[in-house]
Amino acid sequence: MNPPVATPFFFYLLSGTMLIGGILVITRRNAVHSALALIAALLAQAGLYLMLYAPFVAGVQIILYAGGIMVLFLFVIMLVNLERSQKERQFNKQWLVGIAAAGALGGLFITIYTKGKGIFPDRAMSAAVLSDLELNNTQKVGVLLYGQYMFAFEIASLLLLVAIIGAVVMAKKRI
Amino acid sequence: MQPIIDYITSYLSSTQTPGAAGNFFWAFVYILLVFVGLSVAVIAMNWLERKILAHMQVRLGPMRVGPHGLLQPIADAIKLLLKEDIMPAEADGFVFWIAPFIVVLAAFTVFVVVPFGPTHAITDMNIGILFMLGVSSLSVLGIVMAGWASNSHYPLIGALRSSAQMVSYEVAMGLAVVSAILMTSLHGLGLYGAGVAGAGDTGTLSMIGIVQAQQEQGVWFVFKFFPLGLIAFFIFAIAMVAETNRAPFDLPEAESELTAGFHTEYSGFRWSLFFLAEYSAMIAVSSIAVTLWLGGWLRPFPNLLHGATWNLVFNLFPGVTFLFLAAIGFYGTARMPKHPYFKIQTIGLAGFGALLGLIGLVMFIPAVFVRVQDIYWFAIKVAAFMYLYIWYRGTFPRYRFDQLMKVGWKILLPMGLGLLILTAGMGMRSEIWMGVVVPLWHWAASIL
Repeated sequence: MNPPVATPFFFYLLSGTMLIGGILVITRRNAVHSALALIAALLAQAGLYLMLYAPFVAGVQIILYAGGIMVLFLFVIMLVNLERSQKERQFNKQWLVGIAAAGALGGLFITIYTKGKGIFPDRAMSAAVLSDLELNNTQKVGVLLYGQYMFAFEIASLLLLVAIIGAVVMAKKRI
Repeated sequence: MQPIIDYITSYLSSTQTPGAAGNFFWAFVYILLVFVGLSVAVIAMNWLERKILAHMQVRLGPMRVGPHGLLQPIADAIKLLLKEDIMPAEADGFVFWIAPFIVVLAAFTVFVVVPFGPTHAITDMNIGILFMLGVSSLSVLGIVMAGWASNSHYPLIGALRSSAQMVSYEVAMGLAVVSAILMTSLHGLGLYGAGVAGAGDTGTLSMIGIVQAQQEQGVWFVFKFFPLGLIAFFIFAIAMVAETNRAPFDLPEAESELTAGFHTEYSGFRWSLFFLAEYSAMIAVSSIAVTLWLGGWLRPFPNLLHGATWNLVFNLFPGVTFLFLAAIGFYGTARMPKHPYFKIQTIGLAGFGALLGLIGLVMFIPAVFVRVQDIYWFAIKVAAFMYLYIWYRGTFPRYRFDQLMKVGWKILLPMGLGLLILTAGMGMRSEIWMGVVVPLWHWAASIL
């Protein structure tokens, strides 16, 4: 039997990478560096999904976010004049909203940390259950998406369709 | 001595991949083997590409270093390693430095799941094909970083083109792959067999599982639901050339317009990393195509031409191939100029031929050919794709950028979507027949 990969060491390594990446995203002045730090954070997140016995979600995370969306991010950023934006001072003054949001999020974290045991019951899962979860992750996600959450899934796809049509309408001068 | 031999044979007769067995040492050996094999393949590909391209253009190609230029790639590699490593003064140091490593890392990591045989893979993941597509899609990040960090016009344009091209073709490629994955779930024998009751209609994303599904269904997916599998294969075959930035889709490095595209500012070792990554990415996408549509490690016609005699004939193929290569080597030796100046080269070529012949003879030992024939069939199929890459480069002129986008979005993508729907329809055609056509017929009959 394989030794378990989901050790605390990997959890701390991956979440540490995520945290450092996240901090770099908001502190770098150069937008390309921020985007690269975001990619590192997203890859570490894929690793965390793997530790949660969700390999399908991890694979989709890499394909969609790191390989797809972030490439488009970089594509747009490279077209922007970076030298001007580097010298510019930050002009949106939204300290109050920012502090309120950060406080709410921090409160949530502290609550989870102190009362987490009660909110999320510690279900001891046998090795067989975990292995089943890991091996049939793709099928389970598929069954949930096309069964229980069919409506939400289709609504989300409709939302994306609206976004695509909006982009076409805005980009085309004459339709 | 005996315990060591027993130890090794116990591994050789294993029915699992080292990853599945959880054996770190054996997995490490496999990783080294794959790495060495891949490097040799890239060197061979470098030589073959120049030679074949030259012969297509009625030239000789490299002839000076070694007999028929056989040592040219090694000479080039040494030259690249000794070259000065230049970093432009205005370049973004860290990003410029790390970009080639990301490209190489992405190109080599995908080989973790490539199934060279039922047990000859480093490991088997239940998301194998997703892993391959995901990790190989990361290589575009390295290309974009290289182009941007060079802080120069041509690399930036090359990087922009590359990112637009890769994101566009990934969509069509993904649709073709999904239709092949769908076929793994449609159990049933033969070209049109589908939806056999009680066959456990779950598909698989595992690379080994996909090949095993083709084995169980008795059909390579390129022929399944003819012509649907064939169309999916063609979409993938076109998209994979675009994904690897090769001619006729080599716009990111179009030398007539962009000097060398995204790696214009790279030199020496860093440039050779891009080169290495490009070729191993070509091998990687070819192995995806071979695994998904061409039956991976399976030999041709396992159902039609079976029985002990045919099995033996197909088992002898690896040895015969090497003997054929050896014969070409000896033919070349006989044709070498008789001048004393060419003496060393003649001896070298004869030695190379003898080495190939020796490998061929080893392949005739039953214990050997039983274990290598799956690797052989996989490699020969990938080699056919590699030849196609060279052939494309020698044949097709480069696309214009708007033509490239048109092919990707207006031709391949709609075809892929239609294909996916048709494949799904073929899988459920008994349900469609019983649930839609027959009730409609009864309804029409009752009205009349």
